[in-house]
Amino acid sequence: MPDKNSFEARLRKARARRGVETPPGQSGPTPPNALGIGFRAGVEVVSALIAGLGLGWLLDRLLGTWPWLFLLFFVFGGVAGVLNVYRLFNPRRVGRDTQDRPPG
Amino acid sequence: MAVEGKTIDALSQFELKTVLGPIGEAVGFTQSTAHMALAAGLITLLVMFGMASRAVVPGRLQSLTESAYEFVHGIVTAQVGDEGKRFFPFVFTLFMFVLFGNMLGLLPYAFTYTSHIAVTFTLAAIVFVLITVVALALHGKKFFGYFFPEGAPLWLAPIIIPVEVVSYLSRPISLSIRLFANMVAGHVMLKVFATFIVLLGGLGAVGPFVAVLPLTVNVALVGFEILVAFLQAYVFAILTSIYLHDAVHLH
Repeated sequence: MPDKNSFEARLRKARARRGVETPPGQSGPTPPNALGIGFRAGVEVVSALIAGLGLGWLLDRLLGTWPWLFLLFFVFGGVAGVLNVYRLFNPRRVGRDTQDRPPG
Repeated sequence: MAVEGKTIDALSQFELKTVLGPIGEAVGFTQSTAHMALAAGLITLLVMFGMASRAVVPGRLQSLTESAYEFVHGIVTAQVGDEGKRFFPFVFTLFMFVLFGNMLGLLPYAFTYTSHIAVTFTLAAIVFVLITVVALALHGKKFFGYFFPEGAPLWLAPIIIPVEVVSYLSRPISLSIRLFANMVAGHVMLKVFATFIVLLGGLGAVGPFVAVLPLTVNVALVGFEILVAFLQAYVFAILTSIYLHDAVHLH
């Protein structure tokens, strides 16, 4: 039904012009501010470090290799923290869905 | 309580105390648990009484219930897609529980149960277990491919796999720390500025005029805290939905 579709398109355009509907991609109740972004990134790094340290400590306790896995997973935790921050700003599914760059 | 010997005591508001006298003491029923029960009761009452009339043109309570419902429904369908509708009750419960915890904590004499990491981490752990079980149930062994993206060189596996595992395990931790840290920081700031009002107010004749400054700050902070309370519940719900999307679609 071309008529209905064109009406829907015009309605959407009119609603966007009036500010009734925000265009997709700008969801969220408030625009992110610098402090919020910084806090989120900080939390991501700290939690990845905690997860890495916890996992390393647990593996060390199980295998009796204290402190080597603990130290190794400290590094993995740091890398995972950077990865988390990277994913915070470049969500994975955008790269996968558009298929305009090689994976990885 | 806030001012003891002219020092700022901002952290005593987070101490757990038992309520309901000797019975509460015997079973460890704290004011935190009482507020959780109160929040659960209020949410149930809101939904029950809000939807009792089922009017075509909703009244105030019904519109509140419907807008909460549609807000969470929008989050879930936008993030997870149509498959996410079966997780809507879970996300709605989580969102309302966190929202009521944050909002109730702003009332005078109330306790903020979301300011305890034990509570927020329990909520985040439930989310973590759910997303892992959903991913395993839907994808079986393919779930483990999540930790090694296809197309990456094989010799990088010893680095990529531990990093991805740690990154996956950090999800409940970041989810819980974010909520807990925001609530603690907000309430400490409120208490510190409230103490300033009392301390400055006692400075002789000029005191009450100077004390207006921290009072102004506190009024602004209360407004800001209402925003944070809503925003953190929203963030908790949307991150749960994003994780559910990852679990359902697994890229």
